[in-house]
Order: sequence, then structure tokens, then C-alpha cells
Amino acid sequence: MSVLIDIASWLCLAGGGFFCLVGGIGLLRMPDFYTRMHAASVAETLGAGLILLGLLLQAGFTLTGAKLVMIGLLVFFASPTASHALAKAAMSRGLKPLLADAAPLPGGERGVS
Amino acid sequence: MLHAAGVFLALFAFWLLLSGMFTPFLLAAGAGGALAVLAFARRMDVIDREGHPLHLGWRALFSYWPWLIAEIVKSSWDVSRRILHPRLPISPTLVRFKPTQTTPLGLVIHANSITLTPGTISVEVAPGEFLVHALTAEGAAALAGSEMDRRVAALEEAA
Repeated sequence: MSVLIDIASWLCLAGGGFFCLVGGIGLLRMPDFYTRMHAASVAETLGAGLILLGLLLQAGFTLTGAKLVMIGLLVFFASPTASHALAKAAMSRGLKPLLADAAPLPGGERGVS
Repeated sequence: MLHAAGVFLALFAFWLLLSGMFTPFLLAAGAGGALAVLAFARRMDVIDREGHPLHLGWRALFSYWPWLIAEIVKSSWDVSRRILHPRLPISPTLVRFKPTQTTPLGLVIHANSITLTPGTISVEVAPGEFLVHALTAEGAAALAGSEMDRRVAALEEAA
């Protein structure tokens, strides 16, 4: 049983690490501020979530587990609020988003809209 | 009064779980701390249905959250595929649409859910109008009258 939990835990940790890495790659590849925020949100939702889940499987029903759940809830409520504040601040300071129907994107591809 | 009791219990439980030590002094200090925060919250007038939405309760926890988590996983996967795709197939779009929620709590839940789902970020939130930045045109087109909108409205109505 504990072997199964260990395997599930490692799958979660590896998956979380993978999505954090993808988020980082996206942060570098995306063309502007707003699209970079989308890449970061992959890391902060699925990446952080899977890592916390993997750690939670290791901790079990202990105080450490309860603390991990609290961290998860904090991320769940605080990260969208912070992202919204960031996007709103950028927009109200006049940072124009790069839009698909206004300009060709890097790589020469145009959006469908 | 029910809300005040709920806030006190939640704060005290928070203290106990973080401390993990159950000596009389630490228990008393935790209760005192929880009471002090409760007093501050009362002075700030933030103990009400909106600041402490107990009434959403089980429905939010067991029906909306699992659905939202599934949505987050699906759209994370979609955004990850686009990030790793050699041609970076994105079509960033700004879209305005009208959410059906009417209460501030419903609007906040809807806007936060949009931001929490990778690929969409709520930029401006006002009653009757959301401005959302989406990574793809398809993502932007799916926002108005979405399943999420319907589910949050149902949550709001049950409240």
C-alpha cells in the first residue's frame, strides 16, 4: 500500500515539476506581458497544485498535511486575485496587449479572429 | 452572531493546526489571538455574508470546486501544448462580455475562476461587464454564456 502511495506521490511531484518547467518555457517564449501571464498561470495552478498533492500524499493525515492543505487554499484564493491586480494595473497604465487581429505574431502566424 | 462564531472557530483551528502544541499557555494564547482578530474584524465591519460566505458551504466545496479543478487541468494541458508547440499557435484576444451574476460575491467567484483557469485572465470586473484577456480566440469566444457562468449563477441563486 505504501509503495502505491509512493508511486502516486512521485507521479504527482514529477508532473508538477513538468508543468512548472513548461510554465517557465512559456514565460520565455510568449511575445508580450499578458500572454506571459497565461504561461505563468500554468505553473501556479497545475504545477504548484500537483507538487502540493505529491507532498500531501507523503505527509498523510498529519499536522504537516494540514499545513500543506492551507498552503493550497492560500494559492487557490490569492493567485487569481494577484494575477487580476497585475493585469488590471498593466492595462490602466496603458500597456497595450499584443492582439492577434491587430498585428502579426512572431513566427509569422496570424490568429483566426 | 453565527458568522462571528464561525470566524472565531476558524481562526482558533488555524492557530492550533499551525502550532501543533497543546500546552495550556499556547491554547490560551491562541484563543486570545483569535478573539483579538475577531474584535478587529468587527471594528472593520467585515464579518458579514459577503466576507464570510458560509452559506455557499457544501455546494461550493463538493460541486463547484471539483468541476473547476477539472477545468483547470483541461485548460492547463491546452496552454502547455501551445507553449511547447514549435509554431506557438496563439491568438491573443481581448473580449468584453456580460456575466449573469448580480451580487458582488457571484461576480468575484466568476472573475477569479476565469483567472484561475490558464489561458484566460479577467482584466476589468464590473457588474454587467467583464473585460477578459484570452490566449486564444477560441478561448475568448467560449466565455460569454459559458458553463462556468451558468454554474456560478446557480451557486449564487442557492445562496
